[in-house]
Amino acid sequence: MTSDTQIAVQDLRLAYGHKEVIHGISFDIQRNEIFGIIGPSQSGKTSLLRCLNRTIDFTPEARVSGVIRVDGEDVRKGRDVFALRRKIGMVAPLPVGLPKSIYDNVAFAPRCAGMTRKSQLDEIVEQCLRQAALWDEVKDRMDSLGTKLSGGQQQRLTIARALSHQPQILCLDEFSIAIDPVTTMRIEDVLKELRKDMTIVLVTNLTQQARRLADRTMFLWDGEIVELGRSDVLFSDHPANRKTYEYVNGIFG
Amino acid sequence: MNTLGTSKPIDQGFAVRKAARPAWAILGERALEILIHLCGFSAIIFVLGIFFFVFKEAFPVLGHKQFSLSQFLFSEQWYPTSEVNKRYGVLAMIVGTFSVTGLAMLIAVPFGLGTAIYLSEFCGSRVRETLKVVIELLAAIPSVVWGFIGLTIMSRLITKYTGAPVGVNVLNGAIILALMSVPIIVSIGEDALKAVPDSYREAGLALGATRWQLVWRVLLPAAKNGLLAAVLLGVGRGVGETMAVLMATGHAVHIPHSIFDSVRTLTANIAAELGEAPANSDHYRVLFLIGVLLFMMTFVVNLTADLIVRGVRRK
Amino acid sequence: MFAETPLVRRKQRQETIAKWIFFSMAASMIVPLILIVGYLFQRAWPSLSLSFLIDVPTHGMTEGGIWPALVGTIYLVVISLAVSAPIGVLAAVYLNEYARDNWFNRLINLAVINLAGVPSIVHALFGLGAFVYAARFGYSIISASLTLAIMTLPVIIASTREALASVPRSFREACWNVGATRWQTIRGVVLPNSISGILTGIILQVSRAAGETAPIMFTGAVFYKAVQKGDLFPYHLQDQCMALSMHLYTLATQVPGVKESIPFATAVVLLGSVLLVNAAAIILRAYLRSRKKW
Repeated sequence: MTSDTQIAVQDLRLAYGHKEVIHGISFDIQRNEIFGIIGPSQSGKTSLLRCLNRTIDFTPEARVSGVIRVDGEDVRKGRDVFALRRKIGMVAPLPVGLPKSIYDNVAFAPRCAGMTRKSQLDEIVEQCLRQAALWDEVKDRMDSLGTKLSGGQQQRLTIARALSHQPQILCLDEFSIAIDPVTTMRIEDVLKELRKDMTIVLVTNLTQQARRLADRTMFLWDGEIVELGRSDVLFSDHPANRKTYEYVNGIFG
Repeated sequence: MNTLGTSKPIDQGFAVRKAARPAWAILGERALEILIHLCGFSAIIFVLGIFFFVFKEAFPVLGHKQFSLSQFLFSEQWYPTSEVNKRYGVLAMIVGTFSVTGLAMLIAVPFGLGTAIYLSEFCGSRVRETLKVVIELLAAIPSVVWGFIGLTIMSRLITKYTGAPVGVNVLNGAIILALMSVPIIVSIGEDALKAVPDSYREAGLALGATRWQLVWRVLLPAAKNGLLAAVLLGVGRGVGETMAVLMATGHAVHIPHSIFDSVRTLTANIAAELGEAPANSDHYRVLFLIGVLLFMMTFVVNLTADLIVRGVRRK
Repeated sequence: MFAETPLVRRKQRQETIAKWIFFSMAASMIVPLILIVGYLFQRAWPSLSLSFLIDVPTHGMTEGGIWPALVGTIYLVVISLAVSAPIGVLAAVYLNEYARDNWFNRLINLAVINLAGVPSIVHALFGLGAFVYAARFGYSIISASLTLAIMTLPVIIASTREALASVPRSFREACWNVGATRWQTIRGVVLPNSISGILTGIILQVSRAAGETAPIMFTGAVFYKAVQKGDLFPYHLQDQCMALSMHLYTLATQVPGVKESIPFATAVVLLGSVLLVNAAAIILRAYLRSRKKW
């Protein structure tokens, strides 16, 4: 662990009731890198993210042990869990437009944080919608309902919402499964810009996407780390682990 | 301009990170959440309170030498105001309650379930919406209005068509109670039938069954838990009903020998005599004891029904 | 290809018969009701007029109008709902948004179910023991209203919970992910999108509070109270009052020699107001459903 480490995970275990889904994993994520996490479904990728921003707390039967440190601070011992959640932007797989106006969708998080000045809110809303590549499409109908947008637009709205509280870490959980390839490409360009200001954790089932974007990638299988390393090694013909090669090339999928 | 088309560099000012909620907002939210928790606990407090206060008024009479609990429950002699022969037996009223409720269920259950079946399986959606609204309005009719109907309209009909000497009797109360209970039987019954998966219906139709055969052989057995709950809730309503039976069943505290006899239910008896019983007298306390009895009876019936209903609705 | 065999024809006949049997079962509940309501109206007609509503009862209640009872009912309904609606809504918010699944909260659920099934006369006994005597409010509007409030509380809790539960969980999760507190989530998304269901549930209890007799009979409603004709605020909180439901009961059972149309007219006014309020709630619900935001 160096001073460049933003997230440090140590021996994390997660169980839902009696079923353990994450079996004591440890890894680091560096500042300003794009960190990819690949693996089949049910390998614990989403649960891992939920442990990170402590939304796992809303699942009563979940038991967490081990330590996750963000900027050196244990996430479970922090004073303010809401500040932690604002530090981490989370984009869920399925697009969710809140049943409010587009403006209020993006202004929701800053308002919850205590920001009230309209000029500041206007600025943040525009900035985040631009970053999410949605501004041009909605700038003339900021009052229309977030739930009435198309799937791809709602997903970009979700990204704008995740950016609205100026997170230092942005987590994207399979953000592209409900959107078309062109929009996906636009957002991937956005992510490449954003990495200058934040660390990005990219959970994806699309190995090609991880290969394109991630600096380092972690292959998670059944709650355990199979391999963690630089993407150009992991996705090459000679990764450290045979299983990785098989998974990436769809030999057992 | 950068690639995102903004004219300024991406904001480095971290304005949101510096924003903080004012102290009054945080404290206010805390206080509100405490209030919410208190309101949540209040339900328990009220239920315990009801039991406590009703039992409190009844309790002293249990200790009296002359008062016997078995006489209370099993004797049909109710002479609370007699000078020489005070008796507090409520058996006649228990029989009254069950005879009126029982007959009411005999009428309401077939009609209620039939209507539920009609709504769920046979009718078109426009008719269904209208019918459901009508049944909802039926459910809203106040019990005193029902009692009034029993006292005036129904009693005239009964004396006219059955030759009974008096129009306010078990039959009258039962018909009125049936009309009052039908909406709840229909509503829960329909939910129970809707909860049966469509795959059952499709399988039956694929085998060539008519809708009637489907209902009788497939759906009713599959929905029997929910339908049972519907009936139980109807019974609970019937046992607990006060004003309608007070006005429609007459004044006689005796075990009825036919459905044309006047009768008195537990609920009606309390309502009829509470005004006259002097506060803190034995009579007064026994009336409260009847209240405790009613509380326990309806508790058991409604709890059983709800346990079954929650299983049905969750599907 | 599918010729009509005798078997098929018999099945179709069975089907039609079944359909008509069930239809007639449904109709046999509705038709008598319509006839009854019609009959009530017919008998009430001679007395139904605006002055009937505004006049006070005279000549030992054998003549006159129902104004004091009408006003009394409005007092009771407004005060009891002013108490039970806020408590009920907040209790439902607790149960649906804050409560974890443990033994204590299951007990609360049990308590709500139990409360909903309590017979109205037992509510009356409770009101008598708790408000009239123990709290020393005496026979008064306040005792009667509080008794009615406890009676309407569980149904408001149940209908509010249903309205809150209809808001999808994904909206709440989206709010939590951006650092909103539980209350910010509730206020920002859950409540605004369930308010229609909540309001409908409360309005439906208006008619219940107006129609109940037993709970108020022994806690604050009386046969007769001298009131000025047309007076909008004739009662103080500690006074006893007349009420429509109680008035109907009294006229039907305790007042010999009353002109026949008067109790019928009272029944029609009570029934009519109750049905009107409920119909309004049903229309409101249908309208708000059509304006769904997702």
